[in-house]
Amino acid sequence: MSLLHLVIILPFIFAFGSPFLYKVTNRIHTGWFMLPAPIFIFGYFLSRVPKVQNGESVTTAVPWIPSIGVHFTVYLDGLSLLFALLISGIGSLVIIYSIFYLNKRKEALGQFYIYLLLFMGAMLGVVLSENLITLYGFWELTSISSFLLIAFWNQREKSLYGALKSMLITVFGGLAMLSGFLLLYMMTGTFSIREIIANAAMITEHSLFIPAMLLILLGAFTKSAQFPFHIWLPDAMEAPTPVSAYLHSATMVKAGLYLVARMSPIFAGEASWFWIVSATGIVTLIYGSYRALKQTDLKAMLAFSTISQLGLIMSLLGLGSAAAIFTGTSESLFYVKATMAGIFHLINHAVFKGALFMIVGIVDHETGTRDIRKLGGLMSVMPITFSVALIGTFSMAGLPPFNGFLSKEMFFTAVINIMNLDMWNMQFLSVLFPVIAWVASVFTFIYSMLLLFRTFAGKKQFDKLEKKPHEAPLGLLLPPVVLGALAVVFGIFPNILSYTLIEPTMAAIHPTMLLSGQQFDTSIQIWHGWTAEIFMTIGVIAVGTVLYRQHQRVKVLHLPLFSEITLNKTYDGGLRLLDKGAKGLTDRYMTGSIRHYMIYIFLFLIISIAITMGISNSVRLDFTQYAPMSLYEAVIIFALIVSVIAVPFARTRMMAIILTGTAGYMVTLFFVIFRAPDLALTQMIVETVSVTLFLLCFYHLPKLKKELESLRFKLSNFIIALGVGVVMTLLALSASSSRSFESISDFFIKESYNLAGGKNIVNVILVDFRGFDTMLEIVVLSIASYGIYALIKVNLTDDVDRVGTGY
Amino acid sequence: MELYMSIAIGVLFTVGVYLVLSKSLLRIILGTSLLTHGIHLLLLTMSRLKTGAAPLLGQKADSYVDPLPQALILTSIVISFGVTSFFFVLAYKAYQKLGTDDIEQLRGKEDE
Repeated sequence: MSLLHLVIILPFIFAFGSPFLYKVTNRIHTGWFMLPAPIFIFGYFLSRVPKVQNGESVTTAVPWIPSIGVHFTVYLDGLSLLFALLISGIGSLVIIYSIFYLNKRKEALGQFYIYLLLFMGAMLGVVLSENLITLYGFWELTSISSFLLIAFWNQREKSLYGALKSMLITVFGGLAMLSGFLLLYMMTGTFSIREIIANAAMITEHSLFIPAMLLILLGAFTKSAQFPFHIWLPDAMEAPTPVSAYLHSATMVKAGLYLVARMSPIFAGEASWFWIVSATGIVTLIYGSYRALKQTDLKAMLAFSTISQLGLIMSLLGLGSAAAIFTGTSESLFYVKATMAGIFHLINHAVFKGALFMIVGIVDHETGTRDIRKLGGLMSVMPITFSVALIGTFSMAGLPPFNGFLSKEMFFTAVINIMNLDMWNMQFLSVLFPVIAWVASVFTFIYSMLLLFRTFAGKKQFDKLEKKPHEAPLGLLLPPVVLGALAVVFGIFPNILSYTLIEPTMAAIHPTMLLSGQQFDTSIQIWHGWTAEIFMTIGVIAVGTVLYRQHQRVKVLHLPLFSEITLNKTYDGGLRLLDKGAKGLTDRYMTGSIRHYMIYIFLFLIISIAITMGISNSVRLDFTQYAPMSLYEAVIIFALIVSVIAVPFARTRMMAIILTGTAGYMVTLFFVIFRAPDLALTQMIVETVSVTLFLLCFYHLPKLKKELESLRFKLSNFIIALGVGVVMTLLALSASSSRSFESISDFFIKESYNLAGGKNIVNVILVDFRGFDTMLEIVVLSIASYGIYALIKVNLTDDVDRVGTGY
Repeated sequence: MELYMSIAIGVLFTVGVYLVLSKSLLRIILGTSLLTHGIHLLLLTMSRLKTGAAPLLGQKADSYVDPLPQALILTSIVISFGVTSFFFVLAYKAYQKLGTDDIEQLRGKEDE
């Protein structure tokens, strides 16, 4: 147990305290009590930066299930440090924001902070875990706490829908990821990520390598809302805005990116990894930015924007993996630029998207709506909010001097570089990357401007609003202002980040890339000369401005294309179909008819025994060992068969009972012939008693109606019955014609008198050698008789009536 | 002898199963008691028939028939007697209460 473990557990401890604090002190907002946790964690991780920068990593393990190699191992390197800082830093700001956003009287704050801190702890666990199983555990905990947070206002139908949807999709991905992890375990024999990385070269040829990769990617793509699993994210916007800002822009959706980055040392270098990751990313990028254009709800717009930006980062991580192919050559550092751009944009996105969500929350809070058709002209009323929104949207659009500009330039560099990649004969596809990237950037520019100017500029239409808009309180403004300031600072002094955080992260993603003495060139210049990237950006601004101006007239921005074939309908339809299918199937075979269930059982019996006998070829007829048959025996067998066959034809109840009794007496005669005097005695008595009992019972009932069963009904029953009969005959024959070893009865015959002092061997077996059977058989008999007594005497329905009438 | 016994067992099973699949509660119970007879004869047949004297040491015979299956069958007879009697009373009671012994009419209602 180390301090690092404690840091992960700390949010959980606070979460447990939350409801008590909420109950005890209702004068102070519970959020204030929660705030120390993320601030402390943030401070702790800041203090670790210099060490990690020097390449020192921390590993400590606490044994959890040592027998199968599952330990609670935490590991701090550049990548996990970066994420931990994002989680705790933005977490602190979000808690401050939520204190002013949520009303302490109207909302269930105790629950809110439990869920939020649960999420924070889980997320820290995900990024710090070194063991795959621990990682998976925390991963699912983020899904569950996210589910709880989305459905925080659980009286709303839409919240529940959104929560269920995100749960189903992310848990589906999580389970796929778990199986991927198990495949990795099967290949390497360890759950430790670093040990697997050390064996990475060994497993690339393994047949399970590709399945493991696909399954793990499925987990990453569902969590990070990549196409086509992005559909849960827009619906998750029903959550309170602090939650959307924290989970659905800055942290949880980046867990998939984290996973891809973390697994890169294992899988990168494979062509399939490169293509799947970068193609999924680029498709998500263009699709998300295109859909964002059409939204009228600010949060929905930001949701699709998040999807598209996550796609951007994902594709950069994919492109960066090309570097692994050229490990050790100068070319590798060329492609590594893409990874760097990805990490840089990951930080930038967390900063500006967090700010933007908070801004939208403020607008919602102060005006009562998030619909851009109702908003406008807020600039003069809410100047601070507007300033932060301007920084956020310009940064998102990729305009100088904000941080988004730099990462967008680096993104363009990466997609242009990829055209130089002359591998896998896919030249023409790599040309698509810059084109799509450029078009997506234009879309991004347009929706960013729409977001900003539709809300804050234009004509004032305050009469449509529920509240009279005014500037937000200081506490609500502080977190977005901090994030906005960071966006500017990172834009002007990007190198603050590059040496402290980006370089160690690169080292974590590309651990084997560097030759000794080499270093990643992570310096970021604000101005890098008249390169192609600059012209692309100028093109984006020019075309974007024109399209924005002509927004109402440009048809391509309003095509209903995707709203018609939306994936949501597929998802909803799929769920409905699944429900209907399952119900239909169950209704089909669970009919409630005992006869049907009996038929299933007998059919299974026939088929399984017949197949087994067929395979083992066990029916061997050996007539020589059979006992001879006398006339008497022939007569008895004939009588038995006739009386048995007559039972189904009996017209009256009485007749059927007597015919069954006859069969019983024939069995008694068999016992006589086959030298079983005790059996014969018992059978005769039992048969007599039962027939008497049956006759007593049914004598008083009205005559049996003639059964009106269709021929088809009888025939199907008969076929099944015949099948059972034939199978049992064959079974009897094969059993009686083969004996693999001598019976143990020789012992009973020999020792019956010596040991037990009895000459009737059967009775000695019953009460001496195997007396337990007899004891329990007596128990059975007494239970049956008590049961019969109770059935006859106890009459609960009458009791109820008596109580009802009060005697 | 074993061959004919096997056929008789098959007939007992066929008719027993046929009765169990029918609609009338009484026939189902009669079917189970025929199935029981079938099982008992099967147990007996499987241990070879008529290989010696009855398992009474007083007979002083050279060989006796296998006593173990007889003990097993004896136990089984008693148990099946208990169970069948209980079923019978249950069926009788059900008939009295519900006024039918058609198993299809005793089906549970939809969506229980």
